[in-house]
Amino acid sequence: MGDSSMSTNPNALPNALPRSPQEERDLLRIWATPKGWRLPTAVNNSVIGLMYMGAAFVFFVLAGILALVMRTQLAVPENELISQSLYNQLFTMHGTTMMFLFAVPAVEALGVLLLPQMLAARDLPFPRLSAFAVWAYIVGGTVFFSTIFYDLAPQGGWFMYPPLTLTEYSPGDNADFWLLGIGFIEISAIAGAIEIIVGVLRTRPPGMTLDKMPIFAWAMLIFAGMIVVAFPAVILATMLLEIERSFGWAFFTASNGGDPLLWQHLFWFFGHPEVYIIFLPAAGLVSMMIPTIARTPLVGYKLIVIALIATGFFSFGLWVHHMFTTGIPSMSLAFFSAASMAVAVPSGIQIFSWIATLAAGKKRIEFNPPTLFILGMFFIFTVGGLTGVMVAMVPFDWQAHDSYFIVAHMHYVLIGGMVFPLFATFYYWAPMLSRRQLSVRLGKWCFWCMFVGFNVAFMPMHIAGLMGMPRRVWTYHEGGGFEIYNAISTLGSYLIAVGVLFFIIDLIRNFRVGEGGPRNPWNAGTLEWLPNDVYCTRSIPIVKSREPLWDQPGLAEEVESGQHYLPNAPTGGRETLITSPIEARPQYVVQMPGPSWTHVLAAVFTAACFLLLTVKLVVPALICAVGAILSCLVWVWELDKGPGKGPVDIGGGIKLPVYVYGSVGHGWWAMIILMLVAGSLFLSYIFSYLYIWTVSPNFWPSDIDALPELSWPVASACAFLLSGFAFMWSKKSLAEPGSKNLATPCALLIAMLACVAGVSIEVYGQTLQNLDPTESTYAALVYMASILNSQLIFAIVIMGSFVIARHFTGKLDGSRYASLENTILLAYYTIAQAIISLLLVHGFPRGLLS
Amino acid sequence: MMRLKYTIRFIFLLLTAGLLGCKTEQSMFSSAGPYADSIVWLTHLMTYGAIAVTLFIMLLTGVALFAPDNWKRKLTSDKNIVVGGIVFPTVLLTILLIYGFILLANAEKIVRSSEALSIDVVGEQWWWRFIYTLPDGRKIETANELRIPVNRPVSLTLTTADVIHSFWIPAYGGKLDMIPGRENTLDIFVQQTGVFRGQCAEYCGGAHALMSMYSVAMLPSEFEQWLDKESQIASSAANAKGKDVFLANGCGSCHQVRGTTANGTVGPDLTHVGSRLSIGAGVLKVSKESFVQWIENHQRLKPDNLMPEYTFLTVEETQLIAEFLHGLQ
Repeated sequence: MGDSSMSTNPNALPNALPRSPQEERDLLRIWATPKGWRLPTAVNNSVIGLMYMGAAFVFFVLAGILALVMRTQLAVPENELISQSLYNQLFTMHGTTMMFLFAVPAVEALGVLLLPQMLAARDLPFPRLSAFAVWAYIVGGTVFFSTIFYDLAPQGGWFMYPPLTLTEYSPGDNADFWLLGIGFIEISAIAGAIEIIVGVLRTRPPGMTLDKMPIFAWAMLIFAGMIVVAFPAVILATMLLEIERSFGWAFFTASNGGDPLLWQHLFWFFGHPEVYIIFLPAAGLVSMMIPTIARTPLVGYKLIVIALIATGFFSFGLWVHHMFTTGIPSMSLAFFSAASMAVAVPSGIQIFSWIATLAAGKKRIEFNPPTLFILGMFFIFTVGGLTGVMVAMVPFDWQAHDSYFIVAHMHYVLIGGMVFPLFATFYYWAPMLSRRQLSVRLGKWCFWCMFVGFNVAFMPMHIAGLMGMPRRVWTYHEGGGFEIYNAISTLGSYLIAVGVLFFIIDLIRNFRVGEGGPRNPWNAGTLEWLPNDVYCTRSIPIVKSREPLWDQPGLAEEVESGQHYLPNAPTGGRETLITSPIEARPQYVVQMPGPSWTHVLAAVFTAACFLLLTVKLVVPALICAVGAILSCLVWVWELDKGPGKGPVDIGGGIKLPVYVYGSVGHGWWAMIILMLVAGSLFLSYIFSYLYIWTVSPNFWPSDIDALPELSWPVASACAFLLSGFAFMWSKKSLAEPGSKNLATPCALLIAMLACVAGVSIEVYGQTLQNLDPTESTYAALVYMASILNSQLIFAIVIMGSFVIARHFTGKLDGSRYASLENTILLAYYTIAQAIISLLLVHGFPRGLLS
Repeated sequence: MMRLKYTIRFIFLLLTAGLLGCKTEQSMFSSAGPYADSIVWLTHLMTYGAIAVTLFIMLLTGVALFAPDNWKRKLTSDKNIVVGGIVFPTVLLTILLIYGFILLANAEKIVRSSEALSIDVVGEQWWWRFIYTLPDGRKIETANELRIPVNRPVSLTLTTADVIHSFWIPAYGGKLDMIPGRENTLDIFVQQTGVFRGQCAEYCGGAHALMSMYSVAMLPSEFEQWLDKESQIASSAANAKGKDVFLANGCGSCHQVRGTTANGTVGPDLTHVGSRLSIGAGVLKVSKESFVQWIENHQRLKPDNLMPEYTFLTVEETQLIAEFLHGLQ
């Protein structure tokens, strides 16, 4: 649609001047940020994103302070400054906080903050979802972190290996805080990932085809995709470990047929991609800043995109390199060693592209703080990458593994690959938000302290490690030769702290949120430097190149005067343009929700529920769970708005609907991604089942009589199929707009009951065989399948009841059924998963016996 | 240009590490056998390679930033990105990978060349149990000290009594984990006599930092003598009065002292503890004073260790026990 009008007259802009001043007044009113005590209800991406970033930065500083305490303890040998137990809590919290409360949230925050601006979208497609994720993270993260102050912090390391973290060796609630707290924050990360995928694929401006997308959007797309695949593995792992701790189901206890290595496989299947999850967006940011610094387009754009995709892909084939010393067979060693080296190639491509872009620059390069931090990153990340190649060599890793060499290596990779780009980002994008510029002088001080301090702190650790100093030690003996290296490291760490302090001083002195700063101080080429207000850009531009601000002269003025698409608010509410995923052709205008308390309450209740469960206050936890669900229901009640206000004119002769169904809809896309998350969780489960079978096959039934009779799974499967047909029928039976058909709620009710019946039959059939999950890992895994299915069925029952309520209030008919459609999608997935799990649980042991 | 300065410092530090010093008892640079030697060689090779690549990248960055335009132009083509980012690392890494495996295979050949001596090693929170099988099939236990003969392959069977530990004596080569439900075998071959130090490398809770051990690599004849002496029951020279106090206070329900009624198996075997290099898994050097210190103060010396506190012992009783233990040579 968009292209046809553009091709008839390529120079005509979609909307003519003059525009009514009322349009801008409407936009300002509709998109206004709530003031005063209502501020927490805000959903604008700029407000939410800044809050997100601020919280992540606070956790960075807090976890950094923990590191300083540790460095002080290690400054001299046999120091008794802090106790062994506190130290063990400190390094656990430092790692956990940096990974889960700083790095991933900081990157998601940048996504929320920058993506809509880079894509000239009014907001991300699910504004309340990102706000929910932020609040859940802030409340959950704060409580989790505070456990360090009352000796309740977990002390099993950020990797939480069982059996050390089982109740036998870690009584107390400390480990539960990790499992529930982190499990919960992972859910918030997944919510953010769904938002980012749909945002990047569906809210790009017209004309921004995939090959014109800013590299940061590519990086965030791959980042979010990796979260969708990787995080469910660790969610399953945390579920298994928490169930073993709370109910004694033996997943990791060797004597019952479990295996501690199952945890390591699941954890590192997440944990290794996690490193790239953190690095890719930061690399994407560097690819955005370097063209501006060099005043020339990025050299090797397509190679960089391929490199990002390759990194994402490779990163899932490396997890075993964290387990080189567990005694796994040498064939696996060879494969994972080669794969670990291969991942160096995409990083090489990016470094060479960046150097090429700098070299292509016409003007002399200015050494301002963003440039300095990027150059600092070149050095630090290169060293980290090369020590990474070293540890990928199995014989060397057998020495270096779990020594201070690894501490040095991973800080070079993570600080070089993420923290330095992040500080470059702070200095580069601050003018977009602040009406005052950050100080160049303080920025340079900050850089030099951090750069010198970093190398002084971490370079000697390589040597300490090779001299035999293991990681995670609260003290070391005198005379081992570690003294000098540790003393130097400690001094370096203080210097890093001074650098960060300069940045904080700079923020306090100069960072003032608001309009009025220079508009495009770096003379950059991408859309986030268009004139902005609370509604993002006044109109949504037609994009014709990768650097539209460089290649389309006058674009800023055209956009600001409202000559491009959607210069107003035709439905009278918050809305943005949804475009097709590849070509970015306008498809419809989405009506979006505004400020609300519902998602804030939902987040607070969810966090409270998880934390109360941790301290075993089950009844208050359940009350909070109910509160969370009710808040969510109220929140989504007003979302399915129906087609009433459309179609609307966005300019250029294009009329778009404001309500769609099926695969065009952004809600459908989100549901599909959610299904991918569930699918990934289920695949991790199947892996666990088969893995445990390879470890202890003798725990599997040796006799067909030990299995429930075949009639049980058949009955269960029939119930699930019935449920599927009933869901199908419920959609078919939808009434004409304006009327009701009682068949719809009846069909839904039957479908929900049949689902519940299906899972109940399966569980009952197993209990008849006296299968006890505390006795063997086999039994625990059999029941685990039903637990995973029950979770989804629980969600379906809530969603189904919600749809039934909409039927009776007249908000469901043949032209307004997005909520029903999403419920049915999830139900189909659930039924498929349930039937596959029946095949596995009943078919696999029978296959072994026949 | 500051970057260059730090690169130089980096080289300097590593040169110092690799060539001049660092041969302390727990260092991988004190390699005592062909296998550990080959890892040291690989480490040097990769370190210098890494330094060269880092310098190369910094040089290119310098060219991109400061060189005249005709130099810079050579860096800007897609072809260079493909050569520098794909071809160069792929070739280099493939060679490295193959070389690494050749090195490893060669070292393994030496290790497996003749009949190995088998020793069972059990990781415990937070100490090491070593079990030797005598020629007549009897098993004797010792703790926190691994004695091995040089020039003979030694096969260590690694298991754990509780959580995951990792057995690591850098001078002998790499580390290997001790995992519940599994049995891992670490083959070592040592050529140099001497005293080396090792430490648990997998975080195992509480006193992980204080789970060390010593290893003494001895000439085969000396090793045979030692094993023979070690297989004897506790020395009769041991202070009898001290033994009574030791037994009367229940020490024997956790510790074994062969030749007495002390037959506990929970804690370290103390039959010849007086002849070992350390007590508390590397916490104190063995001496009479150390035993006194340990008994009086072990929860401070090694917090959370599983031995109960013996604060009710009088100074004199403690002295007697210490004398007894020190006499167990």
